[in-house]
Amino acid sequence: MKIVLCVKQVPDTSDIKWTENNTIQREGLESIINPCDVYAAEIALTIKKECPNTTVTVLSMGPNQAGKMLKKLLALGFDEAVLLSDKKFAASDTYATGKTISKAIAEKIPDFDLIICGQYAIDGDTAQTGPSIANFLNLPQITYVKELVECDENKLTLLRELEEGFEKVQTKLPALICVTENSYEPTRATIGGVIEATKKEVKILNCNDIGLEPACTGLKGSPTYVSKAFRAVKKEVQCEFFENIEDFAKNFDILGGENE
Amino acid sequence: MSKGILIYSEVTRENYLHTVTFELANKARELAQKLSDCPIMALVLVKPDLIDEFKEVFRVNGFDKVFYVADERFRTYTTDIFAPVAIKCVRDIDPEIMLIGATNQGRDLAPRISSALHTGLTADCTGLDINESGKLAATRPTFGGQLMATILSKKFPQMATVRPKVFKPMKEFVNVDTNFVRMGYDFCGYKSKIEVLEFTKKITSEINNLDCAEVIVAGGRGMQSAEGFKLLKELADTLGGVVGASRLAVEMGLADKNCQVGQTGKTVIPKLYIACGISGALQHTVGMNNAERVIAINKDRNAPIFEIADYGMVGDAFEIIPKLIQSIKQHT
Repeated sequence: MKIVLCVKQVPDTSDIKWTENNTIQREGLESIINPCDVYAAEIALTIKKECPNTTVTVLSMGPNQAGKMLKKLLALGFDEAVLLSDKKFAASDTYATGKTISKAIAEKIPDFDLIICGQYAIDGDTAQTGPSIANFLNLPQITYVKELVECDENKLTLLRELEEGFEKVQTKLPALICVTENSYEPTRATIGGVIEATKKEVKILNCNDIGLEPACTGLKGSPTYVSKAFRAVKKEVQCEFFENIEDFAKNFDILGGENE
Repeated sequence: MSKGILIYSEVTRENYLHTVTFELANKARELAQKLSDCPIMALVLVKPDLIDEFKEVFRVNGFDKVFYVADERFRTYTTDIFAPVAIKCVRDIDPEIMLIGATNQGRDLAPRISSALHTGLTADCTGLDINESGKLAATRPTFGGQLMATILSKKFPQMATVRPKVFKPMKEFVNVDTNFVRMGYDFCGYKSKIEVLEFTKKITSEINNLDCAEVIVAGGRGMQSAEGFKLLKELADTLGGVVGASRLAVEMGLADKNCQVGQTGKTVIPKLYIACGISGALQHTVGMNNAERVIAINKDRNAPIFEIADYGMVGDAFEIIPKLIQSIKQHT
């Protein structure tokens, strides 16, 4: 089976600092692999174990520094790494990102059987890029995948976690799946894996390499734009502090004293 | 005349119209006042035997026009059956704005529609408005909830998804003369590539009904252990509420993902929200800051949670909660 694993490098949003002008201080902001993509990688590794002759290409779109993240992923045992990197891609929204990634896959890996994405990225949290790629490649998509149940060359059986329950579904390949949080233990790179990875190169492709019209990507190719960004406003309340438990406990009655 | 606001109406597994449909309809009314002569419309893909009972529901919720496609294939949602039909309908209806509930189904379907129509989609909006140029201004939290962004679309329809409970439905039912339009779709013998084999409903404790809870006792990293969450459960039981958790608590394995409140979890509007050992990062607070009353217990007096709390106590939750439970029990 031929798999494309899509991953994103994201800023660690749990550690954001603000400048005096209420903009995010990007300097020194730690970059990490998007958490959902780690789960997606585990599903790819599981398929690689269960289906012989499976190859996995890890693909990312972002600045050159994302190459480091791809190198780390290669050390887990993935076969190839591709980084789509070009100033022309900058400021792409989910539509333009879907368009760019789908074009790269169609041009460079047209014989894929499966595309695996994380369900959402912690920076944008739109969960739209996966379905957008599926749309442009005209693929069936399965979102909210929690577990792989079974796989063979032609189909996958998956468990989805939805609001009200778990849905077991089967899809024919080729298809695209989006993986959400699951209980797979993250694989650690072995020394052998790290040595193997040093022999491999991250292939960097630009807009021209994938045969994409520059007008279809980046800010130009994005139907949406941010008209303003501002720091989230806080509710205007003055917290009343208590030291005595008995007095504090009186505030826990949601009937608000109507019955007193 | 405006081409109208279209709302995708999701039919749930239990065969009712998802409540987010009516929350969006109410918000759409407000937006429509800023656009001239703007009809509120719905699109529903439904099994043929359900449409008659839905008609009344659409009427009393004030929809001007309802487009529906009735087919047995809409029994269970799969993307490859629903998306092509929805795309064709939206193209034919050609609305100015399209709103979709950010449920699992909505988040799966909406980006298929927007990508196919080459238009923009703003996810999980917490604010919708019409700007001075008559465009949809969709505001949403981003960067882990720390930054708000207002997003506009250059293309039409201008699309947005909104989570359940972010907007409120109409207070009172109305009675309008809804125009129902049946739309046809030819599947041309297409068979779904996706087959739903089995569905297992979560047991009630797994669902942990955050959506309808009046009281939520939530814990964060400060609750440290499963022991700490037992304490929260005890307090929740005393108050007739349920347990919630911050993202960090879920990531640390202290609580189940179903309990998670916040940007990557659920949005809740309980009467009372009790935050224990939660620092109050915006990622968390965007999911609960509409609670009627917020009470916080935290060791750190400078924790941001106190900035949005109505009442607070500084100290160790492990010491405070047992005493609280005792005190509450004595007074009821």
